[in-house]
Amino acid sequence: MVATNSATNSATSAAGSTAAGSTAAASAAATSTTAAAQKTAKVALSIDGVSVTAPATMTIAAAARLAGVEIPTLCFQYNLNDVGACRVCLVQLEGEDQLVASCNTQVQEGMVVHTNSPAALKARRLNLELLLSQHDVQCTTCVRSGNCRLQTLANDLNIADERFPKRLEDSSWDMGFPLIREAAKCVKCWRCVQVCENIQATHIWGMKNRATRTTVGVNDALEISETLCTVCGQCVTHCPTGALRERDDTQRVLDAIADPNKVSMIQIAPSVRTAWGEPLGLSHEQATVRRLVAALRKVGFNYIFDTDFSADLTITEEASEFVQRLTHASEHPWPMFTSCCPGWMRWVKGHHPELTDNLSTAKSPQGMFGAVAKTYFAETINKKPEEIFSTSAMPCLAKKMEAAQPNLDSTGTGPDVDAVLTVREIARLIKSLNINVAALPEEDFDQPFGIGSGAGEIFGATGGVMEAALRTGYYYVTGENPDPDAFAEVRGLDGWKEARFELPAAGEAPTNACAPDSESICPGSVWGSDATTCGNGVVGPDGAGANWPEDGRAMISRRLPNLRVAVASGLGNAEKLIGALQRGEVAYDFVEVMACPGGCVCGGGQPITETASMAALRGGILYGLDKRNSYRFSHENPAIKAVYANYFGEPLSQKSHHLLHADHRAWKMPNEEK
Amino acid sequence: MTRINVYHKSPDQTLAEDIRRSLQSRLATAAISCPVEFAAAAVRVAGSESCGKCTPCRVGLAQLALLYDALLDGKAAPDAIARIDELSEHIYRASDCAIGFEAGALSLQAVRGFQDEFRFHLEKHDCSEWACDPVPCRSGCPADVDVPAYLALVAAGRYTDAVRVVRKDNPLAIICGLICEHPCESYCRRGLVDAPVNIRGIKRYAAEHMEEDYAPAKAEPTGKRVAIVGGGPAGLSAAYYLALMGHSPVVYEQREQLGGMLRYGIPSYRLPHSELDREIAWLLGAGIEVRTGVAVGTDVGIDELKAKHDAVYLAIGAHAAVPLRVPGEDAQGVYSAVELLRRVGSGDYPNYSGKRVCVIGGGNVAMDAARTALRLGAATVRIVYRRRRLDMTAQPVEIDATIAEGCELRELVAPVRIEARDGQVAGLVLQPQMISVIKDGRASPKPASTPEQTLECDCVIIAVGQAINSAAFASYGLPVKRARLQAAPDGSLPGHDGLFSGGDCVTGPATVIRAVSAGKAAAASIDSYLGYNHRIELDVEVPPAFFSSRVYCARSNMTEPYPDDLVGNFVSVEVGLLPEEALQEASRCLRCDHFGSGALRGGRKTSW
Repeated sequence: MVATNSATNSATSAAGSTAAGSTAAASAAATSTTAAAQKTAKVALSIDGVSVTAPATMTIAAAARLAGVEIPTLCFQYNLNDVGACRVCLVQLEGEDQLVASCNTQVQEGMVVHTNSPAALKARRLNLELLLSQHDVQCTTCVRSGNCRLQTLANDLNIADERFPKRLEDSSWDMGFPLIREAAKCVKCWRCVQVCENIQATHIWGMKNRATRTTVGVNDALEISETLCTVCGQCVTHCPTGALRERDDTQRVLDAIADPNKVSMIQIAPSVRTAWGEPLGLSHEQATVRRLVAALRKVGFNYIFDTDFSADLTITEEASEFVQRLTHASEHPWPMFTSCCPGWMRWVKGHHPELTDNLSTAKSPQGMFGAVAKTYFAETINKKPEEIFSTSAMPCLAKKMEAAQPNLDSTGTGPDVDAVLTVREIARLIKSLNINVAALPEEDFDQPFGIGSGAGEIFGATGGVMEAALRTGYYYVTGENPDPDAFAEVRGLDGWKEARFELPAAGEAPTNACAPDSESICPGSVWGSDATTCGNGVVGPDGAGANWPEDGRAMISRRLPNLRVAVASGLGNAEKLIGALQRGEVAYDFVEVMACPGGCVCGGGQPITETASMAALRGGILYGLDKRNSYRFSHENPAIKAVYANYFGEPLSQKSHHLLHADHRAWKMPNEEK
Repeated sequence: MTRINVYHKSPDQTLAEDIRRSLQSRLATAAISCPVEFAAAAVRVAGSESCGKCTPCRVGLAQLALLYDALLDGKAAPDAIARIDELSEHIYRASDCAIGFEAGALSLQAVRGFQDEFRFHLEKHDCSEWACDPVPCRSGCPADVDVPAYLALVAAGRYTDAVRVVRKDNPLAIICGLICEHPCESYCRRGLVDAPVNIRGIKRYAAEHMEEDYAPAKAEPTGKRVAIVGGGPAGLSAAYYLALMGHSPVVYEQREQLGGMLRYGIPSYRLPHSELDREIAWLLGAGIEVRTGVAVGTDVGIDELKAKHDAVYLAIGAHAAVPLRVPGEDAQGVYSAVELLRRVGSGDYPNYSGKRVCVIGGGNVAMDAARTALRLGAATVRIVYRRRRLDMTAQPVEIDATIAEGCELRELVAPVRIEARDGQVAGLVLQPQMISVIKDGRASPKPASTPEQTLECDCVIIAVGQAINSAAFASYGLPVKRARLQAAPDGSLPGHDGLFSGGDCVTGPATVIRAVSAGKAAAASIDSYLGYNHRIELDVEVPPAFFSSRVYCARSNMTEPYPDDLVGNFVSVEVGLLPEEALQEASRCLRCDHFGSGALRGGRKTSW
């Protein structure tokens, strides 16, 4: 596997060791002659009286950790923001008049650092007081109360009163938008700007105004709804305070539950089960999805279903579509992109509208479930679509945006998904009803949509959709199930992963003109050479569905001895991947993109953890669930088999097309409306 | 009882003056990021000076400040800009003294000059486009040279790497080390602390102390040929970067040697030909073909150039003399400075022994001509200028050196006519002037009542400007206005596919670093035009910014040899920094690429 890039933050490489008996400090020959020497050199210094040897490139803050000293920080975030803006991490260097930011100042030989000298302590407190003068301290009604970096710091530093008069920023905001910014809570740490620009390549946030009035705002003085914001929510999960948050939809859900004329149902997305207990103080072992089912039943939902089911449905449709595109290679642009992540969808349509047709037409699992809820499910319980109130529990802010797309109204009675709650909202909902989740016995999902395969579970992690699709796609092409872990190469937290998989029935070299010397299905595709020459004379038989004719299978495997796939998470990585594709540096057949680094487990609607990336932990939970699941293939999920037998017929059927696929041009990004 | 005390400067007065000086140095290096913020601050400073007697100043400036605040806070009424305009004009018209009326004028200038910016604040509650400069020296450099990077490399003793960094954006590292006008230094934030870093001195030091030579990385050959018309700084810069991008540049130079004004305009005592030749030879090593002695427009046609090349870059400079237009200008012994400097630059040293020379003009070229005449043996050299010395466009340091070498400066005298005897210059008749009103920001002279004076002389050198020989291009149909080629900001000539132009022939006589900027932009535009996207990349790892003591430390300047040692020769007039001076200067850099907004807004541009 080629890991071209990494977007996710691995743990700090604090590889140095405390050196109590370190060698005598070398003379202060700080200027090393080569860059290489600087990289490997180690320096000895003292931090709060503790001697420590640290790599010369390490910051004071990181070296302090080696010495067992934790320096408080506010704006700093590893691998994202080391701009030294808040000046909370200031420390004193012996012999220096002025204080330095420990987050972005490198250690030097012989440095003597005092993290709590009277001057450092005073400066740290004063900086916090100054920030508080611009912060609307409304902790009692703030969604981040108890999980707010500013609050923690102010408490920890024993700041008991506010001495500076308040100077709060006035601002107006479209409170109907799923992403909300409260200017008066912003502490100008610049993390949102950095994550939007450098990790997500989306460039929504920027510096607004200048000089002492400098603040964060939407670039180009636009309203947020006028921008190409993907609503990925990464700015929210990187915000240290309550300045950025989601639109709270819990009251609408409670109203629907209380409405005697409504049947309330909720679907629970795969990654929700990895994190929902975190804000409720549950361990990951306690916070099982079945305990969440129990809690949501207490909340009052009539039906609690598993989005894993519709993830399997997505795979069944998307893998079928992929195989169908293979047999009609010349009619489609390549590679095919996944379409389950609404942040990614918005980004493609916003930044590369020319690639819209590369997106699979399959709706996202949320979208499919919504359509099923208002049609098949409503029919089975003898209700009209408008009598169903369909809620989804999602790790995502963009799902709120997706649910409001005008084309996701299968019945003409209103949105297929009426309300989307982030994991944070779910936790607040449970808390607000005073439900003692720790004491609840686990309960089962409702049927018939309570069964999901392991392939559906892993939808929440980067590479998961690809792996699930490959498991089923392989089956569709070969008629046999592969080893369920055969495609494990696409797992992992690298931001841009590539893999090749051989298909077993690979025949002789392709004979068609389009790929004389490559393994590509369609080497030129949209990226350069004339796509219409691809597949000359080898276009397979028409017809859709799981029952691929034998000659079709042979044809695919002949033309596809190597399937080239790529997986990106984090839109910045997606941008790099697309750039490389368009420059012809890489070629793929199938590409999965998830907007959030690490996938939905680190989605913009997930619980916020300041200190560490949760991608590995939460993703690991999903892979564990997959391993233990008795169904590892979407197409083997009995609920899937049943829904096709009872309702859809077969993948890509007319009914499927109507309910499970979408025209991505039927909704517009602001750039498309002009 | 005391009636009157002897003047005594109190400690408070001294302190107040110190603070004022600090504010002055802050303003001197200020990069205004928001004109509205700045005007508001200026109104407040002005208000702090009000004696409080008069209504417009005492009340008006306070109210004006409030109007600005509301505008900046996004709380202004829809008519706020009109009210700022009205009140500013009122304070200007109605104030009793300069404290008031100058403050009103300043505010009025801002509100009328920055209409778009004011309106953006009013309507969008945001600042339109003036982002703050993350790295001021870099923003101040026309070629966008990464100054903190090469200063850090010099501090680390890595001189070749420092030159590599310079040449990523400016190929003329040696030349600019010697003669760059260093606009970067006037933006240097160190100026807030004590004095700007001697950036040019450090560049010169690096270029003269490279540990080893190197060859820059080149892209795969593209087979594209680009004609570069003019071998001056713009043409050479474009040719160098095009060569690195894999193209084949061909430089057409009408004179015998490359260099343009670097050779034929700047005297060798400022830019020694050995150094010029060394840098040009190195540049050519990148793969530049040269055709000297070929004048485009006469020896070779523009159509022919176009036919033989995939793109053409016109960088012909501004080499023509501007006449004085006074009677007697046609006498023998009257020369243009351009002509004299060209002659000397090509190695032909006329003998001025015993001659009395008058130089007319107040720019750098006048100083160069005067000092050159002195070196050619002139008995006396007098510079005559119709304004005052402080109005001269020559750099003060050049004027000082010229006078130190023995040239005489006569200010406030305007040439009336040149007197000749037997067709040979005999004297220069001057009308004394007085300095008077300021027009377009420049003090203008007018005749004084003093009678005409005659300076007896054998030689008159006219240095009142340079013009562009663009007639051939104008008649070909290229866009030319007042002899300047009308290139777009990216260097392309609108309406003429594949033709580009830049340097002095577009801007009028300017600086080397502006020519480099033009050549660089042209290289990028030509590369794009040819269908490529080659990037010129930083190939050096920059030392991290360490916290260094912000000890107040004075600036080390380059020194000059004693004037006596310079008589009659063309030896370099500048002595570079000592090693310890270079290290101290480089260490004075505040590393704005890392500290301040460089950390947030990107202190480094790794490619272009």
